[in-house]
Amino acid sequence: MSSDIVIRAEGIGKKYLIGHKTAQRDNTMRDTLMRSLAGMGRSFADLARGKPIISGDEIEEFWALKDLDFEIRAGEVVGVIGANGAGKSTLLKVLSRITELSEGRLTIKGRVASLLEVGTGFHPELTGRENIYLNGAILGMTHKEIKSKFDEIVDFAGVEKFVDTPVKRYSSGMYVRLAFSVAGHLEPEILIVDEVLAVGDVEFQRKCLGRMETLSKGGRTILFVSHNLNSISNLCSRALVLDQGHCVNDGAVPDGIETFLSLLTRDQSALNERSMELRSGPIERVAVKIAGTSEVRGDLETGMPAEFQVTASAREDIPGAACRIILYSMDGAEIFRSASRPYWSVPWSLSRMPATATLQMPNLPLTPGEYLLGIMLEVPYERTLFEDSRFCKIVVKPPVSSAVELPNFFPASPLWPEHKWTI
Amino acid sequence: MDPKLTETEPEIAVPNRANDGSERVLVLEAGRSAQRYWRDIWDYRELFGILAWRDVSVQYKQTVIGVSWAILRPLLTMIVFTVLFGRLGNLPSDGQAPYPVMVMAGMLAWFLFSTVLSQASNSLIQNTNLISKVYFPRLIVPAASSVVALVDALFTLVVLFLLMFWFGFFPNWQIAFLPLFFVFGMLAPLGPALILAALNVKYRDFRFIVPFVVQFGLYVSPVGFSSSVVPDQWRLLYSLNPAVGVIDGFRWCLLGGQSELYLPGLAVSVLSMIVFLWVGIKSFRSVERTFADLI
Repeated sequence: MSSDIVIRAEGIGKKYLIGHKTAQRDNTMRDTLMRSLAGMGRSFADLARGKPIISGDEIEEFWALKDLDFEIRAGEVVGVIGANGAGKSTLLKVLSRITELSEGRLTIKGRVASLLEVGTGFHPELTGRENIYLNGAILGMTHKEIKSKFDEIVDFAGVEKFVDTPVKRYSSGMYVRLAFSVAGHLEPEILIVDEVLAVGDVEFQRKCLGRMETLSKGGRTILFVSHNLNSISNLCSRALVLDQGHCVNDGAVPDGIETFLSLLTRDQSALNERSMELRSGPIERVAVKIAGTSEVRGDLETGMPAEFQVTASAREDIPGAACRIILYSMDGAEIFRSASRPYWSVPWSLSRMPATATLQMPNLPLTPGEYLLGIMLEVPYERTLFEDSRFCKIVVKPPVSSAVELPNFFPASPLWPEHKWTI
Repeated sequence: MDPKLTETEPEIAVPNRANDGSERVLVLEAGRSAQRYWRDIWDYRELFGILAWRDVSVQYKQTVIGVSWAILRPLLTMIVFTVLFGRLGNLPSDGQAPYPVMVMAGMLAWFLFSTVLSQASNSLIQNTNLISKVYFPRLIVPAASSVVALVDALFTLVVLFLLMFWFGFFPNWQIAFLPLFFVFGMLAPLGPALILAALNVKYRDFRFIVPFVVQFGLYVSPVGFSSSVVPDQWRLLYSLNPAVGVIDGFRWCLLGGQSELYLPGLAVSVLSMIVFLWVGIKSFRSVERTFADLI
């Protein structure tokens, strides 16, 4: 292996076996019991033969990663992008040895640590001091290392006064700070960061990013997995794009992001609409359809008109209902919220007949990327009829028309209202 | 690395590549993890120590009488058994040994055995967050949790010595073999525990089965009575239960020659321990790769 390559993957793949229950009706409790026991017996047999335990009568193979080849050099900051289920987390799990490869060969030089392990193994009954040693050992530090860095860790977390207090008495902020401080004082050659930026407060996110930057300047290799395309383009020098377990792009970040967005829009029709039947409760069915007015395929585009249609039917007559639409970024931050009845003006009557409420935006103020749409149906100040903060995912594409300007390829915010500079 | 950087950001140390063998190159290949397994266990010995220390120090946190539980449980059971088997059942003790002392010696062995069994078989699911997030040889978890049983047993041993002092009864030279039987008492339940721990990951049913097995075992094993009351023709078969060998061994060590060691029985128990341990480790290792996917 050449001297500066720290990770080399040669045709790596990870297979999961999924068990399916064959569709049989169990009419009596005896049938159910017999089938469960038969399954358990099979597991014993598998265990005795040294095979993994899988439940179900039919077994299906599922490749979460397949034929992945790449090389990462020391000091590179590589962003890993892909839709949910593309294999990002599996890749990280394989790299950090949590799960085993099914095929191929992976060569890793140096110690791997990951920031997804922040606070792993913290025990609430133990004091801060004890937890630093415990957590440090779990993350792979030796006792000597922890001892030499102990004061730094405590300082960084700002918990000097509480070192000998059980962490269950800590505020959640102190807890996270201490956990991060331990992880942050690891000195791995390879650092894996997985979506940690989605948890914790702004301060914590800033610390994570700062730490990553310092580490990368110090020559460490970083693998960064995130939904946040902005952070990827700010931090990374290279992007790996995964799709259904395969690597579809490996190169410069803007290319990677473009590939990723084109992948998302490939099956966009399925993304921008969803309907849901409810078995109980006042609401029977909720459907959402989001359409842009783009001439091509009804895509949503930055700065172009967009329409959100919510159709609902109820099991009873509800005269004074209202519909609320909430937009979230993929990391869960709320971007926009609006209700159909802000001033008690237009009540929405729900009944067995489907009724539609439409929200129109003349120019969609969102940068290209993925967002989550939340739906809430309510009778204001009385009761909530339906609530789902992740009702469906929506994808915003860069505009086809050149009338809307996107100055940088990816500006640092999800919001992009129509605006103008004057100098 | 830019030297200025270390000045402005003192908390980021310069990579010290010499100190921890970080130049180690790791090659992962499908189905090849077996080769370095035992070396990995050795490399992770510090983690074993710290997990064992955690389990021990957490055991009696937020209890009013704390460590006294380790003493009280066997003591109370001993009293009940002495009354039940010794007084009401009129069973004989081992030689001249006072009945309570004989029961207590068996209790010490049994609690060591059963605590290892229940702690180790539950250990994996109690450490779900570790297993799903960090790599280490999984065998460390059940092994470390067994240390709790050892610490508890040492407390019970102190009580036993006090009890002996009270009865004016003292052990002989045989006590020198006690550490050996402590090892036996911890390894014997580890085999079955490893099988149970692996199954527990997939079927949480075993969480309910283990306490039942332990309760049942308390009466089936010669805890409240001497194994010499078992008819001779059944004794060899009876020794298939590895707990029998452990209890007999402890009594032989502690009761100052009043308890005879039935050697064929001990041999059968040791053999059964070896078989269980072998099967246990083998099946545990074959499924441990999938723990993170199943748990």
